[in-house]
Amino acid sequence: MERVPVLKIGDILLVSIQIDMEDQVALQLQEDLAERIVATGVGGVIIDISALDIVDSFVGRTLATIASVSRVLDAETVVVGMRPAVAITLVELGLSLPGIRTALNVELGIALLSANRRPEMPDIVGDEDDQAAVPTP
Amino acid sequence: MNEESQRLPVVSDQDVVRVRQLVRTAAVAAKLSLVDQTKLVTAASELARNTLVYGGGGHVEVTPTRSERGKAGIRIVFSDEGPGIADLDLAFTDGYTSGGGLGLGLSGARRLVDEFDIVTAVGEGTTITVVKWCR
Ligand SMILES: Nc1ncnc2c1ncn2[C@@H]1O[C@H](COP(=O)(O)OP(=O)(O)O)[C@@H](O)[C@H]1O
Ligand SMILES: [Mg+2]
Repeated sequence: MERVPVLKIGDILLVSIQIDMEDQVALQLQEDLAERIVATGVGGVIIDISALDIVDSFVGRTLATIASVSRVLDAETVVVGMRPAVAITLVELGLSLPGIRTALNVELGIALLSANRRPEMPDIVGDEDDQAAVPTP
Repeated sequence: MNEESQRLPVVSDQDVVRVRQLVRTAAVAAKLSLVDQTKLVTAASELARNTLVYGGGGHVEVTPTRSERGKAGIRIVFSDEGPGIADLDLAFTDGYTSGGGLGLGLSGARRLVDEFDIVTAVGEGTTITVVKWCR
């Protein structure tokens, strides 16, 4: 079974879904992300779905669950890059994805996460990745 | 059966992915708009998953078709010999699921296509036919 890679960039976990996921792959991603959030202590998760040409109710539910689980684990999730045709179809399917924050692309997703980061949260000592939070395009 | 029909078994997660890919290819060939392709593939994904999860597996057949006025379209038939659906009104209620789903597959798929027909009998199985026409 394929696995969707999870990258850590500074205080963020970045997931770019590049394959048409079997249901089991989506469930595995959900588990992997929960474990990585706890292991890394990141404050944010960005899920890039710009390569997905459809989002059905299974993937939609997986995204919603990831967002809820990460919130419980003190991380904020932003889904980025949804194609316009996918957005139109999702709404007609009846899935409005309440509770999921979205942004148009990875860069705006990162900006959204850093704008929302609690100011009183101290920098984690020794997290030298922190300065590299904004990747060069 | 039309000679251009393509039939796939649906007995695993992987088969559901194959159904999505087959429907996409057919929708592109029929020159459906991008949004209509997306709607049809999404509906097919929902219905094929139901065939697998609730129907206990079955088949999907994808056929390019033409309306009486000559409009191109795609017809897809999902069939299983599973338990059937006892209460159709309930099954088509947004949010109703007998499993752990979101309960949007049947109702949502019906909204995403132009024609939707369901034949089901308890203990015998379920056959759903959908059509999407080019605009
Ligand atoms: N092929 C089928 N065979 C038997 N029951 C089905 C079939 N398809 C759907 N159902 C029933 O209809 C319900 C609603 O289906 P759906 O709207 O796709 O929601 P979900 O898949 O989230 O349960 C299912 O929970 C199931 O009880
Ligand atoms: Mg379903």
